[in-house]
Amino acid sequence: MSRRILPDSVRATHGPKAPWLALAGGILFLLSGLLSWSYDDRILGDLSIRFYPAGIQLYAMLFGVIGVILAVLLLRRPPWLSPARGLRILGTTGIVFVVWIIASVAYQSGGLINANEGGWVALVGAVLLTLAGHLSPEVDIDVRRWPRLSSTLEIVIIVVLMAILLFTVAYTLDIQDGVIFASFLIALIGLAGGLLGTGFGGYLGFIGANNRRPLLLAAFLVAFLFPFTQDGSDANMSIATQVLIFATTALGLNIVVGLAGLLDLGYIAFLGTGAYVAAMLSSSGFATIGWKPPFVVVMLIGAATAATFGLIIGSPTLRVSGDYLAIVTLGFGEIFRLAMFNLDGNNGPDLTNGPNGIPAIPDLELLGFDFGEVHTVAGIPLGRFSNYYFVLLLLLMFVMLVFTRLNNSRIGRGWVAIREDERAAEAMGVNTFGLKLLAFSVGAFLAGLAGTIKAHQDTSVSPDQYVFLESAFLLSAVVLGGMGTVVGVLVGATILKLLPEKLREVNDYRLLVFGLLLVVMMRFRPEGLVPSKRRQLEFHEEDQELSELLQAEHLQAEHLDPEQLEPEHLQGAK
Amino acid sequence: MTVTDTATTGHEAGRVTVLEASSVTMRFGGLTAVDDVSMRVHEGEIVGLIGPNGAGKTTFFNCLTGMYVPTEGTVTLKGAILPPKPLKVVRAGMARTFQNIRLFGNMTALENVMVGRYCRTSSMALTSILRGPKFKREEAATRERAQELLDYVGLGRSTELLARNMPYGDQRRLEIARALATDPQILLLDEPTAGMNPRETEETMGLIFKIREGGLAVVVIEHDMRFIFNLCDRVLCLVRGSLLVEGTPDQVQSDHRVIEAYIGGDDEEESV
Repeated sequence: MSRRILPDSVRATHGPKAPWLALAGGILFLLSGLLSWSYDDRILGDLSIRFYPAGIQLYAMLFGVIGVILAVLLLRRPPWLSPARGLRILGTTGIVFVVWIIASVAYQSGGLINANEGGWVALVGAVLLTLAGHLSPEVDIDVRRWPRLSSTLEIVIIVVLMAILLFTVAYTLDIQDGVIFASFLIALIGLAGGLLGTGFGGYLGFIGANNRRPLLLAAFLVAFLFPFTQDGSDANMSIATQVLIFATTALGLNIVVGLAGLLDLGYIAFLGTGAYVAAMLSSSGFATIGWKPPFVVVMLIGAATAATFGLIIGSPTLRVSGDYLAIVTLGFGEIFRLAMFNLDGNNGPDLTNGPNGIPAIPDLELLGFDFGEVHTVAGIPLGRFSNYYFVLLLLLMFVMLVFTRLNNSRIGRGWVAIREDERAAEAMGVNTFGLKLLAFSVGAFLAGLAGTIKAHQDTSVSPDQYVFLESAFLLSAVVLGGMGTVVGVLVGATILKLLPEKLREVNDYRLLVFGLLLVVMMRFRPEGLVPSKRRQLEFHEEDQELSELLQAEHLQAEHLDPEQLEPEHLQGAK
Repeated sequence: MTVTDTATTGHEAGRVTVLEASSVTMRFGGLTAVDDVSMRVHEGEIVGLIGPNGAGKTTFFNCLTGMYVPTEGTVTLKGAILPPKPLKVVRAGMARTFQNIRLFGNMTALENVMVGRYCRTSSMALTSILRGPKFKREEAATRERAQELLDYVGLGRSTELLARNMPYGDQRRLEIARALATDPQILLLDEPTAGMNPRETEETMGLIFKIREGGLAVVVIEHDMRFIFNLCDRVLCLVRGSLLVEGTPDQVQSDHRVIEAYIGGDDEEESV
């Protein structure tokens, strides 16, 4: 797992200096926050003032704080942490961070001369941190020495983490300047990576696994409370609802891709099926079907239609190997879009109004609750988008429930077996075709469900919303976040939907940026940002070190002592 | 009836036939990998399948288990003709292991065996999502049975180990446990002791005897002659796809054609 750049002899002679280098690097970063980074005071939220850190200078100081913590850890050497790895991530990201800011200053104010001493001091600090990371010896993380905390303390940690999460989300959404937003994201990657990369992340996972219910409860509380922090403003809530729809759909896709291991390149068509069904059955003046059933019925019809399409596409293709499925689903996505484009009365029945789509879909009204109106709860106004946000949150919870329960069942075990070795799974009596078809149609069903709500939230449906690019984005969210996990997909979907909203400057290049991002991910972390352990193992079949570490973490989470696990017949031989 | 008669014929006639392969032939294009091989396996019997490399032993296994569709011939299990589909073969009661271990490496030992229970359980999507009492009962029973089988093959303590991290010999045992989880009437083992040291080989022999005690029929492919002749009630020797000799270990062991097939390549050329 370690990437050794420096020769062993250099590491041996200079290794002992590493903690002091790291300490110096951290202090330089802290110092740089107090210095001026730019001569020009009109850019990047004014970085010209000395001894009054703001914005980006504060981010630099956070790098310093983590650097100092890791330096102290290098000196103390706890057996369950490997600060070297954290330092390497922190230092490398630090260099990227500082170079990005110096470059931005130079570009925005017309010359490198405008970059003041702060940036250069920070650059030296970042290089020192990286060097320390490469010099210091690798620690074999011993997860058996994880500290045991009382359950109250563990829950306190979870609550604090959730509070940090809520604060970070609110803070991120508040940043208006694109360059500062990007700087913050880079800093966030470096800081989180530096802390969690030491092996602390595994420990947090252990705490989370110990307190699954409080963790879920806290997470949903945070999500539920979010609209109340927006003070009736719809700006961020509109982004949030889009993120939720995207995340829900991506999570449905993750059942197909992450759990069953099938590549679906036309998934957006199932979302579209649900949306079109809801539009056609809505009371819009442009709706083409006269029947207006209640929305719950519409949801079921939309989802069932999508699932039927899934069965029709899946049954002939799932018998053969994966590549064919990818091509057929790609084709199906285009067929769906073109069919919606052409069913306008001139070429066949008038169902979709062709390229014009079905506009003016009214807001939902459930049990007398009008989603179009502003409701005031506890003095805080909740607008139209907040109303949809709550429904979508319920839907997301439902999809999460389906995902995790299917994953932890006989069916989920069958899917893993199919991913591992399809022929062997079949020879052991696993109905491989049936399980793949099930994943495909459950995924389609959930997308259809999300589509019916999306139609009402968007107020219109048209063929150009359901192009191949959208399927590609959904797949990217799954791959980027982590195949086979719920949290990973939520992270991936949030990043992919939030970035284009916040980085308007680079919107024209967003495809280029996402493409690069995915290429980099495939090189350095193919299992995604928040991978499932099993997927991580699958992507690193040759990595014995990793499999033993994850094995130890698993035993620790099951509260088993590895010493007692030697098979009986081996114990005698020792 | 004399004593010798009961020893040879009564052994065959008095028992129920579990597996019967009649005139199984498998051709790949112009190559005949298995040529008109018939085999009968009785309840509680251990049958060995030997032959030099490339004799078609594993291909024959694949024909029996439905992984290949035989060009000619049929396979019947307890009188019923087996359709050449692995899934249906397992459900009918025949399970196998693989020559090159094919465990699910990234699952734990327990999970591997639980996958074997798949075809004997029935919870589907809706049951799994709703988590009713039936689901919980079945899940608990699956787990319990899997643990039982791990204890049975001597891996009771390795439950939570990842299959890929287990020692080689343990992986072979785990494969047997996984096959047993499908509640088979007959077990096909493809080189169960390949790569094992003498001690592990001996333990495997004990395990196979124990499985037979439980009433199962066992068919074993093996290269280790001592292992085969000590273990089996009856031995079949395949050479170049056809059945050369069938008989008790003593008969096969002393048959000069078997010895020729293994070591006597030169003799053959001379005789031609």
